[in-house]
Amino acid sequence: MTDQSDAPKVSSLADLFAVAYQIEVDAVERYTMLAGQMESHNNPELAAVFRDLARAEGIHAGEIRRWAGDMDVAAHAQQVAKWKKNESPESADLDAVHYLMTRSEALQMALAGEERALAYFRHVLASVTDPAVKELAKRLVEEETEHVELCQRLIRKYQEPAGKPAPDDPDPAISQG
Amino acid sequence: MNAELKVAHKASDYKSDIAPIWCPGCGDYHVLLSLTRALAELGLPPEQIAVISGIGCSSRIPAYTNCYGFHGVHGRALPLATGLKVVRPDQTVIVTSGDGDGYSIGGNHFLHACRRNLDLTLIVMDNHIYGMTKGQPSPTTEPDFDTALTPGGSGLRPFNPLVIALASGANFVARAFSGNVSETASIIVDAIRHPGFSFVEVLSPCVTFRPDQKAWKNQVHPAPVAATDDPARAARHLMSDDGFNVGVLYRGDRQPYRPSFGGTTCDLAELEKEFEI
Amino acid sequence: MAQASSVSVAFLGSGGAGVITTGGLLLEAACSAGWYGLLTRSVGPQIRGGEAAAMLRLAAHPLDCHADHFDLLIAVDWLNAQRFALEISLGPHTLVISDPRGGEVPDFVAAAGARVIEIPMKEMTKATPEWRANMIALGAAARLLGMREGVMQELITRRFGAKGTTVVQANLGAAQAGAKAVANLELPVRLPVPQAGPTKRWRITGNEAIGLGAVRGGVRFAAAYPITPASEILEWLAPNLPRVGGVLVQAEDELASINMIIGGSYGGAPALTATSGPGLSLMIEGIGLAAAAEVPIVVVDVMRGGPSTGIPTKSEQADLNIAVYGLHGDAPHIVVAPQSVSDCLFTAQWATYLAEALQVPALVLSDQFLGQAQAAIERPADAAFVGQRLTASEFAVPYQRYALGGTDVSPMAIPGTRGGQYTADGLTHTERGTPTSAATEHRAQLDKRDNKLKRFDYGDHWATLQGRGKVAVLTWGSLTGAAQEAISIARADGLEVRLIAPRLLSPARPEQMAAALAGVQRLLVIEQTHSAQFYRYLRAHYQLPSNTRVLHGAGPLPIRPGDIHRELLAEKAA
Repeated sequence: MTDQSDAPKVSSLADLFAVAYQIEVDAVERYTMLAGQMESHNNPELAAVFRDLARAEGIHAGEIRRWAGDMDVAAHAQQVAKWKKNESPESADLDAVHYLMTRSEALQMALAGEERALAYFRHVLASVTDPAVKELAKRLVEEETEHVELCQRLIRKYQEPAGKPAPDDPDPAISQG
Repeated sequence: MNAELKVAHKASDYKSDIAPIWCPGCGDYHVLLSLTRALAELGLPPEQIAVISGIGCSSRIPAYTNCYGFHGVHGRALPLATGLKVVRPDQTVIVTSGDGDGYSIGGNHFLHACRRNLDLTLIVMDNHIYGMTKGQPSPTTEPDFDTALTPGGSGLRPFNPLVIALASGANFVARAFSGNVSETASIIVDAIRHPGFSFVEVLSPCVTFRPDQKAWKNQVHPAPVAATDDPARAARHLMSDDGFNVGVLYRGDRQPYRPSFGGTTCDLAELEKEFEI
Repeated sequence: MAQASSVSVAFLGSGGAGVITTGGLLLEAACSAGWYGLLTRSVGPQIRGGEAAAMLRLAAHPLDCHADHFDLLIAVDWLNAQRFALEISLGPHTLVISDPRGGEVPDFVAAAGARVIEIPMKEMTKATPEWRANMIALGAAARLLGMREGVMQELITRRFGAKGTTVVQANLGAAQAGAKAVANLELPVRLPVPQAGPTKRWRITGNEAIGLGAVRGGVRFAAAYPITPASEILEWLAPNLPRVGGVLVQAEDELASINMIIGGSYGGAPALTATSGPGLSLMIEGIGLAAAAEVPIVVVDVMRGGPSTGIPTKSEQADLNIAVYGLHGDAPHIVVAPQSVSDCLFTAQWATYLAEALQVPALVLSDQFLGQAQAAIERPADAAFVGQRLTASEFAVPYQRYALGGTDVSPMAIPGTRGGQYTADGLTHTERGTPTSAATEHRAQLDKRDNKLKRFDYGDHWATLQGRGKVAVLTWGSLTGAAQEAISIARADGLEVRLIAPRLLSPARPEQMAAALAGVQRLLVIEQTHSAQFYRYLRAHYQLPSNTRVLHGAGPLPIRPGDIHRELLAEKAA
């Protein structure tokens, strides 16, 4: 199990809803940002991939909101959903992007995010005792497992054929200042 | 830092709609996140904040925020910020710079800003290279790093900007790593809240000219000792640190320089009296 | 003995002789007595103990330049005095008072045919040790000028009272002894009895006047680095700005100074710095930033001998080129130049007003002569020019800081104003202020910054226009006074000469200049530069008559009324 000392402690249903919601919201923001980066660096294919991911995460966020019923998950998230050092698990690693990255590489990033989220919820499931919270944690683990599998399928679908050379930019860097 | 108007703000309230031109993978995207999160944490209205920069990739940051900003000329962000802060002590003034802008051409102003100890926060995004002009060494570049202007490396020992800041009188010295977004945000909050001149050096990798800096995320580690308020002890720590200690390293208690401005005024005619025959 | 319109006195001495102080005391006494005066000084390079000369001209009316010759020269000693040979022009009518123990009388005194009288000042101070030679000289000068004894006594008591009665008595004694020593001497010229006028009068230096003018215009923030001969502006502002709620910050260098005032102005405070040629060179990039980002600032250049380190303590007008043309790219901005010590106040105030109204850097080209000259002037009238910046409190979304149209001066949001957040930028930008490299936007913003200056109504202050006639003198800055005096003398000779002295050097005023030059057939351009910078500037922007001559020369010697009058006679003869 990965080190979860950085992650927020969850002790109630409200907490877990809030954290799960924030994870998805952060992911939407991150993928939207990456879509913007790819757009301004003239890689429309990758921009489309990130926009699709953002849309998907938005749907997940909406689902969690619905499950939470009357709870104001957004407000509560501002209080409890804090990671001490790193970012929330589905926030794609900004360092892992490159303007020449391929679709598979982007999806690998998404997969890594889903796997981190899965590890977190597994940790929550293992550490909480409240039955209602445990129930929700179980549901979240199932959800994330599905997301992981989806990513893996997409990666297989978009896998670049073996022997294809990595993308290369023959133009040199431009001095801008 | 100034009296706060506590308003509930999200980090996105501090971001403008202008898309950054930084290369995807640039550490500065993280720093922008950390900065906007820090400002949200402080809860100051965006119009009470000014982000002042010089020239360089990191200096593009003011336009990406929703605050007041000034993208000045190379190396002169600190005096710009100084003038603004002296006449507008009510504004929270943040200076964003890079290792070239801040330590090379801006070196003299760096010394004197630390010495002057106005209520300013300087955030230097250090990537040990000149990114915007395609990869020349900066004062913090390793001596053996090969570049077009210094084939085989410059052969010069890099600066230790944290030691220089401490020696020059900075009241708060910290190092952060762009990859640790939340931690960097906390350090920035701490820096802004701390009175006097606060200096935060953020190691922020350059994906295009320093792909080797991908290794930084495995090299940074928490500072082995807590922040001290003793400059001599801090100096010893800083002189012996490996360049990857992350955290607040020095928290001083110098009185900040707060020149009086905008107070009550005498009649202009009073000023003439000394000339009267 | 003839009544002259002015009398000129010089004191010479070195190493602790205190001649500069003596000159100041004599001017102060003369002013108390009701006269006007102009005091300048000339010094060697030493910080203390160097050879020094105080040069005064006194009259019953305001003075803006020195005369062609000195009527009285009192030398406490002659050490290294040959240095002042060209500046202290003597004639056969000059009375020279020399101390037999003061060293050899230099060649330039004999060469002028001046009358030399000896007064043993050193010996007198040996006999009465509390006496000082410069006070003896002061007493002698006051007596020769026909000043009432009471005036000098009153001054000495007032000035030295704080140092105790012993000092006062000693100085009174020395001054009396000096007066006694020249009791049987007479100057060939005498000043008219001063008439008390209705207006208040001031005794002020050009540098102080710049400071006061800027504050009147609204300046409240200054940042600067000391440099000769501008430091006195800063020395005046440092204690006086706080009295009106402002502040002066000493910066670490000129690069910091210029950027600090841009930051302060961006924050909403009219801001100023003062420097000389070498400092202006360092500030050029910053001035360009202010022009491009449309941030108002006032930059005073008290010109000195150049190029490079040049002659820090002497005057010249050769920073015109860098002031007008020095910015890289096309960056129109304001350049104004005061014409007299009194005009330093108005011009600094006007410059502040223009900078704020047009959101542009305004350079004020003063010079060492004006800056460090102390003059008695009529109290300058309160001018209505107070900086009024166009700001805004309501904004489009997003706010267009550099919006085009109208007067092309776009409202400036001041930090703290909600909704007005923008990033000022030296990069070429759109109306919003976002960096762009697009041709249309670049040209549009260049047009905006050019038009806003060209369209502005500068009124009559753009130049001093006097007189009529087919002959004209075109000059600027500190030479204006000498030109005016030469023109008066010429008029007495029956030659009508026009004076055109632009106060606004940039932007050029083609229509107004054409009107000023209408009917002029012979033009004399006068300037204190080696390369005729002003003449070339005029040729670049204006149509000059085909009969145009230039009288130009590098500093440090001032161009005197007599030099100009000679040229005008040549025009008359032509």
